[in-house]
Formats: sequence, structure tokens, C-alpha cells
Amino acid sequence: MPHIALPEGLPGISSGFAYRPETAKPMRELAHVLLHGPNSLTPAERELIATFVSNRNDCFFCQTSHGAAATAHLGGDSTLVNDVKKDFERASVSPKMKGLLAIAGNVQKGGKNVTAEDIAHARTLGATDVEIHDTVLIAAAFCMYNRYVDGLATWQPEDPEMYAAMGQHLATHGYLTPSIKP
Amino acid sequence: MAYIQLPEGLPGIRGAMAFRPETARPLNDLVEVLLHAPNSLTPGERELIATYVSSENDCYYCQTIHGMIAAACLDGDESLVHKVKSDFLHADISDKMKALLVVAGKVQKGGKNVTSEDVARAREQGATDIEIHDTVLIAAAFCMFNRYVDGLGTTQPRDEEMYRQRGKWIARDGYAAVSKEYLPAATA
Repeated sequence: MPHIALPEGLPGISSGFAYRPETAKPMRELAHVLLHGPNSLTPAERELIATFVSNRNDCFFCQTSHGAAATAHLGGDSTLVNDVKKDFERASVSPKMKGLLAIAGNVQKGGKNVTAEDIAHARTLGATDVEIHDTVLIAAAFCMYNRYVDGLATWQPEDPEMYAAMGQHLATHGYLTPSIKP
Repeated sequence: MAYIQLPEGLPGIRGAMAFRPETARPLNDLVEVLLHAPNSLTPGERELIATYVSSENDCYYCQTIHGMIAAACLDGDESLVHKVKSDFLHADISDKMKALLVVAGKVQKGGKNVTSEDVARAREQGATDIEIHDTVLIAAAFCMFNRYVDGLGTTQPRDEEMYRQRGKWIARDGYAAVSKEYLPAATA
């Protein structure tokens, strides 16, 4: 049961958003810019970073919903999502993405874990300053979203169909409007 | 020097926000609602939660600026801010605030660390659901802001007076107003 009286029937972050629309608005806008707005990183790549960080933070709702969004962007195949979560160094992503995921993994542990060498390495593999910035902020933002979802002990159903539908909605429409109807 | 080419002369989060105004706007809107907008927790109390979490995350820029904003909200009492950072259970704050700081400290370590006992204790001390919600989200949000500021290797001057002056300004005018100093005018 959630720690506070959240609206019933809404999974994960949707219940926190419905409970407090004043904070939901900027949190939705931030996710939309970071994951869905125009960017030289594809939406799939950015969703993979979000999924990877949520997995490291052990947040079931976030890693499953963003994994579903990444899968939807990748034509419905979840193999790559699972490979990135398991061992991104051996996954079929670009060397640049591996450099960025290494940065994201260090941000997850704490900002000071990112080293000048991590950044130089990602740059050698073709990452731009904006891509490095966005990777750091996506990883940091998911250290917020994950803590929000688990820190309130939100309801996190296991139904794969629900997450697949949510992922499809997020991949198509982004984050400004609810992906789940009460 | 920061890891990426951030605008010069803007320390801490300000350089990163000026670099990417698209993300700066929702970030400023979020912190404005959480720390400055009307709330049953005073701005001083909410800034203390932000300062405490930033201190636990060892982010110099964030703990110093939010500590100075907290002090500005608390009649300039910087010693109270230091006491909350070092040993909040013995600081001169309400029992409700102590219980909320326990919740915030658990969120800082990871969301799953918050227990129903932590929440029940806060409620016994008078915390409402929305105060518990906002405490969790303030703590979570500073786990983002701190990582953003340190993860980009931003410059963080050791100049307390600079933070003290900005702290007074932000305590008075809020985040959205002060951010206009370094963000381009909104086009929307």
C-alpha cells in the first residue's frame, strides 16, 4: 500500500502526478524535453539511458515503462533493452552510446563519480557537449523519478500488457499528457 | 573547468541552465513549486530539507546556496542550518521536521529505504500527506539537482558571501524570477 492516500487505480508515477498536479506539470515537461523533444540522440537511445538508470536504481515501474517505450521505438523487439540492462558493453548499441551509458552509470552512483576521462572517452566516440549534458541530466532526473515512485511506495502492477500499451503511448505522444486513464 | 563548454561566469547550476534553457524552465518551475510556492511547510523548513539532502550528497554548491536561502528565511540563523546538516535530531527544529528529515534521508539513499514506520512516525508528529509527499519529492529532486551540478563538473566558488547575497535575493523573489537573470526571455 502506498505511504500516503494516492488516487487508486493509477500505477507508479501516474498516482503521484494525479495527487499533486502542481509538481506533475514541470516533471512531465522535463521528461518530455529530455526523452521526446528534438535531439541528436534518438528517442530510443534516450529511453535506453532512462531504462538503464532506473534498472540500476531497482525501480520496477520506471524500468518497465521506459523499457516498453524504448521497445516501441525499436519496432517492438525488447532484446536490446534487456541486453542494455544486463551488460551494455556487450549490447548492440553504438560505441558512442556505450560511452554515454558509462557516464549515466556514474551519475547514478553520485555526480562526483563522473570523471574527466569518462567525458573525454565519450567525446572520442563522437558525443557532443549537448549529448553529454543531456545524458547527465537524464541520469540525474531518473535518480529523482525512481526515488519519487519508490519513496511513496506507489502501486506497481506486473501486467506486461499494461506496460506495453503505456510504452506505445509514450513513444507516440510523449510525456505531456497521462499515458494511463484512471 | 566544467566538463562541457558552459557559459562563463555562471557557477553551479546556473551555467548548466544557461547552456540548455529548454530543460532549465521545467527545472526552475519544479523548484519554485517545491520550495517557494505557498505550502503548510514554511520556505525555511523546505530549504532545510533541500540543504540537508544536498549535504548528504556532498554537493558544495547546492548545500551552500540552499543553506543560505534557508538562513535568509530563518532570520539569518546560519548556525541552525549547520546544526541540521551535522546532527538534525539535536537541532532546534520541530519534532515534525525531524521526522520529515528522517524520511528525506532515507529517500537520499534510495526510494525503497523509506519504511511505513518512518511515515507513521512523521504522521504522529503532525505531518500531513501532502507534507510527506513534498518531503519525498524535495529529497528526490535534490538527488537530481546535486547529480546534475556535480556530474557536469560545474565551477563552485568557495565564496560564502556570494552565496549569502544570492540566498537573500532568492528567498525574497523566488527561483522563477531570479532565473530571468541568466535565461533568455521565454518565447512561449
